[in-house]
Amino acid sequence: MALLDVEDLSVTFARRGQRTVRAVDGVSFSVDAGEVVGLVGESGCGKSVTSLAIMGLLPKQPGLQVAGKAVFDGTDLLQIDERSRRDIRGRDVAMIFQDPLSSLNPVVPIGLQVTEVLTRHRGMRGEAASKEAAQLLDRVGIPDPKRRLKEYPHQLSGGMRQRALIAMAVACQPRLLIADEPTTALDVTIQAQILELLKDLVRDSGTALVMITHDLGVVAGMCDTINVLYGGRVVETARRRPLFRQPRHPYTVGLLGSVPRLDAGRGERLNPIPGSVRDLLPWPDGCAFAPRCDRRVDACLGEPPELVLTHDGRSYRCVNPAPLPGLTSGDEVRAAVPGQATPGSVPAQAVPDEPPAVPGLAAAPSEEETP
Amino acid sequence: MTTIGGKKREKIDRLAELAARDEERGVSLWQDAFRRLRRNPAAIIGAVILTVFVLVALIGPFLVPYGPTDTMGIREGVIKPGLIPGSSSEHWFGYDHQGRDVFSRMIVGARQTLLVGVVATLIGLAVGVLIGGVAGAAAGLGGRWGRWVDSTLMRFIDMLLALPSLLLAVSIAALLGPSLTTVMIAVGMVSVPVFARLLRGSMIAQSNSDYVLAATSLGVRKSKIALAHVLPNSLAPVIVQATLTLATAIIEAAALSFLGLGNPDSATPEWGVMLADAQQYLGIRPELAIYPAVAIIITALGFTLLGESMREALDPKLRK
Repeated sequence: MALLDVEDLSVTFARRGQRTVRAVDGVSFSVDAGEVVGLVGESGCGKSVTSLAIMGLLPKQPGLQVAGKAVFDGTDLLQIDERSRRDIRGRDVAMIFQDPLSSLNPVVPIGLQVTEVLTRHRGMRGEAASKEAAQLLDRVGIPDPKRRLKEYPHQLSGGMRQRALIAMAVACQPRLLIADEPTTALDVTIQAQILELLKDLVRDSGTALVMITHDLGVVAGMCDTINVLYGGRVVETARRRPLFRQPRHPYTVGLLGSVPRLDAGRGERLNPIPGSVRDLLPWPDGCAFAPRCDRRVDACLGEPPELVLTHDGRSYRCVNPAPLPGLTSGDEVRAAVPGQATPGSVPAQAVPDEPPAVPGLAAAPSEEETP
Repeated sequence: MTTIGGKKREKIDRLAELAARDEERGVSLWQDAFRRLRRNPAAIIGAVILTVFVLVALIGPFLVPYGPTDTMGIREGVIKPGLIPGSSSEHWFGYDHQGRDVFSRMIVGARQTLLVGVVATLIGLAVGVLIGGVAGAAAGLGGRWGRWVDSTLMRFIDMLLALPSLLLAVSIAALLGPSLTTVMIAVGMVSVPVFARLLRGSMIAQSNSDYVLAATSLGVRKSKIALAHVLPNSLAPVIVQATLTLATAIIEAAALSFLGLGNPDSATPEWGVMLADAQQYLGIRPELAIYPAVAIIITALGFTLLGESMREALDPKLRK
């Protein structure tokens, strides 16, 4: 059983006099220990609301409804009471936020903010706590940690602030880490360092990591499994390589196509997805992406497309998916069992050895990442 | 390669040195604000006025040429009905209607004025921070109980706020009977709603900030978040308000004294009382009213200048 199992998670915001908003609509995914799972999508697709709902951090307001399950190590995080949830937060599940400057208290020295977690969950005080805090800062790569402990957030650089936040998040060696756009507020060179740090932490301690991002470069460099979200639903789930090699859902295709490439010819234009996230169709009326989709067919409208499971553990929610190269849609069933593809035909899962073709942070895949 | 002229190089070196020193020095938010404050001429003027005022209040009574209650003018027979002698080389500000030396009374009165202003502000600050802090924490913690506490306290504050401040002060002073303590309490109570609302609003605004969410996500208890994270971040506007309140407190205390609700022992010099006494003699000696009035204005101006500069220095939005 997976470490975290999110099942059919829905979040709705109802406001009197306004249309009820279904921010997250039946999202399911699971995360194993040591695995990095990505939640990808444009702004407003429900990524952050999903993570906040799992942590129980959504601001309490009348009209907020959270349904479904988020089972972490046997307990449903959505059902437990506030007290035990506070005990779990920071100790078993921790979160890293987008803006490191505003996520640190500006008038409290870094050291106090780190030791606070140690005192809360590990009962450490005084000398022992500050020693451990210095070790933590050292572990996340902050030089001269003893001096930094006494400093205030505004005296640290952006990258260092994010490192300090990561130190606070991993202080109790949580088993699950949720990173909500951890590198969006940082510049590109610092981004790479922070991602490297997160990768090291995952590898060294077997922490599971949920990576929420809109940056496909980050996804290509980090994630084992990727969930693409659109309009509050998962529209495609796949391992990293198949997703980048052969995206099936037209939205994923569009996302990949709209990434600027360094190897693009001069004068070649970007391929943006037309329209904006606001142009979505309510799911009950059909596929939410249909108004912006270039593969739209009549079947897209009327009722929501079902999630289609394919042979190699990937799934997509589309009635007219992008075709796999060398296969017609009828061939797919034949290719369902790996190794049974007839000689001569191109196997669907034959993936060349180069890294995914995404600029920026596409890391060279190491051996252990390739099953 | 172009060579840099000697003067230019010197300038660059000096700038680099300054920058390095700045780097070493820049430590906390407050030190940062203090540095900004030192560069503001308004703050300097305010600080100078207040330093002089405080010095006069502290050591003035030991330096005055005459006793402030000594009715020497009557004794010496220089005061006659319809005649109060003006300033002279012996009596810089002249005599008052009872033949006392006005300059000495002004100097000694500074201590009373400072005492009333500071104590009244401290009373208002203490009560206001207590009420506002509890309300702000309760509102930030949320829950039905928290909301109830918050709205109950705030309705009480609204009631205080609904009354005109001088009327409220007069009622309190009239209830407790005229005395110096009464003035302090009355003026203090008038400033309570301002402090309470300011702190509560500031705390609620801070409760929605990212670092509170981050601390919550790390399992920090709500009470700890309210005390250790939200409260320290919300105090800056309250401290600024305290400086500004000192100015109004001095004016209001003077007003209460003027209305006869201050110290019943009118022999003790106090600027407001002096102002009240002078009004009967405006025709003969208008200066008698002008001296205390100008003193009150300058002192209030000093507090206001410093307070406003502090607000600017501490407001992160005005930072460069």
